[in-house]
Amino acid sequence: MERTCDCCPNPAVVHEIVVRDGVKAEVHLCAEHAQERGFLMPTSHGPALIVGKLLEQAKAAAPRAPKACASCGTTMQQVRETGLVGCPLCYRSFEQELSPIIERAQAGACAHLGRHPAQAAELVDRAALRNRLARELREAVAQEQYERAARLRDRLGELGAPTALAPNGAEVAPDPMGDEERGGAPS
Amino acid sequence: MSNPDDSARGASPWQRGGADDPRAHDDSCRDCVLSSRVRLARNLVGFNFVNRSTPEQLSEVVHRVQAARLGGPFEGGVRWVNVQATAALDRLMLFERNLISRPFVEAQHPRCVAISTDESTSVMVNEEDHLRLQMLAPGLQLRPLAARMLELDRTLERSLEYAFHPRFGYLTACPTNVGTGIRVSAMMHLPALRLLEELDKVQRAAKDMHLAVRGFHGEGTDALGDFFQISNQTTLGRTEEDLVEEFAETIVPRFVEYERAARRALLERDRLAVDDRAHRSLGLLRSARLLSLDECIKHLSRVRLGVALGRIEHVELAHVDRLLLEAQPAHLAHATGLSLGIAGLGSAGADDRAARATAIRGAWR
Repeated sequence: MERTCDCCPNPAVVHEIVVRDGVKAEVHLCAEHAQERGFLMPTSHGPALIVGKLLEQAKAAAPRAPKACASCGTTMQQVRETGLVGCPLCYRSFEQELSPIIERAQAGACAHLGRHPAQAAELVDRAALRNRLARELREAVAQEQYERAARLRDRLGELGAPTALAPNGAEVAPDPMGDEERGGAPS
Repeated sequence: MSNPDDSARGASPWQRGGADDPRAHDDSCRDCVLSSRVRLARNLVGFNFVNRSTPEQLSEVVHRVQAARLGGPFEGGVRWVNVQATAALDRLMLFERNLISRPFVEAQHPRCVAISTDESTSVMVNEEDHLRLQMLAPGLQLRPLAARMLELDRTLERSLEYAFHPRFGYLTACPTNVGTGIRVSAMMHLPALRLLEELDKVQRAAKDMHLAVRGFHGEGTDALGDFFQISNQTTLGRTEEDLVEEFAETIVPRFVEYERAARRALLERDRLAVDDRAHRSLGLLRSARLLSLDECIKHLSRVRLGVALGRIEHVELAHVDRLLLEAQPAHLAHATGLSLGIAGLGSAGADDRAARATAIRGAWR
């Protein structure tokens, strides 16, 4: 007979068996609850692929993986291909890579002179901090570190809503189970 | 949002600039400079850049900008055009009037443009950057234009938060536009340099001074006749005032001087030939029954040179500049009710030569 989910009557599609200190514990979850618990669900394939997905995720987190902007997910490779960055925070994410490109295009100039919106610098810093906290919050939830997640959520609350919030709310209200850090969907 | 149908035919109001118009105060370079333009690139905090945004996000950007106070040149009235919902012919009209860019004509995503009543100022929303502010004026008027532009920018900044980086300045989708985000340009008429085959002098000087030389309608367009748009490429490491001053006081005057020297040389070499050339072109434009765009621009350029040198009387430079606009495909189609195949942005399409010849022929009475 088909197993049902530990949390609801739906059929389980994720089956995990953990043996710890000689005690065997089984977890059976439906797609929805598996996602809630941090399992990455392939859309139309069997559970075997979950392992593959998890490996992919581990690879993506490894330092050798191509660096992506924490806010919009753009990679430096994409910047080189299109000649365009994806969002204001790309300039933080790729500062090292972009600096020589900008210098070359700007006849050697590398620092801005001229107009300066009074609060702009602070806003960029705040947006970066907000983004970092949102990322950590997602990780904490994925790892079931709920106390840490609560602390992070409080800190995000203290920062307040950005005055020009991304319509998808990615910056301040991250989907805790989202597997990517996209500030906006790719065009 | 209104439809651009009510766009006045003929010259843009800012182009007409009569003697009583305070904007027409300096015509000293009008012989070589058709118009000046200042552009600013700006992006909003909290949004991905246009290339990385969903249509919903772009609509939200449009909404934010429409809710902002524009002020300045828009005090006298603003026309919002929803470009996404605008017919191709009308989009092309806006392009020919230099109110929107070529990529903005062809894009598919949510975007709009705010146009001031006198058409001197427009704000493209969701071009390559969230905001592309631009101001136009006849002749060489970059300093007053830039001052007005920076004032408009300050007004907008009160209702919109711009993306800014302490080191890179105002942030743009293309990393090579960062810093001030300012682009100043002059549309120049350089027929004598071409006749004397000295245009490479212009190209070399432009390269040395980090300038871009483009065609009649700016980026991505070819030179049409003897008209060239010259603009700064450096946007970082210098103040706005510094960049504008160098461009207006040193760079453009240098090109003007090259062209004037070439014109003097032409006259010294064979004054009668210069006269003949200008008057033949005027005669052709007054008589032709079929006139292609290229041919029309070529002869208008020769007439313009004749007027600038005082060889043709009773014709004003502003009149020639107006015809340069009215000869463009969308303007012609709009004026004559012709439906043109405009897929190729005016180059291809139905045969509009007869209509152009009729329009231009009747313009000299």
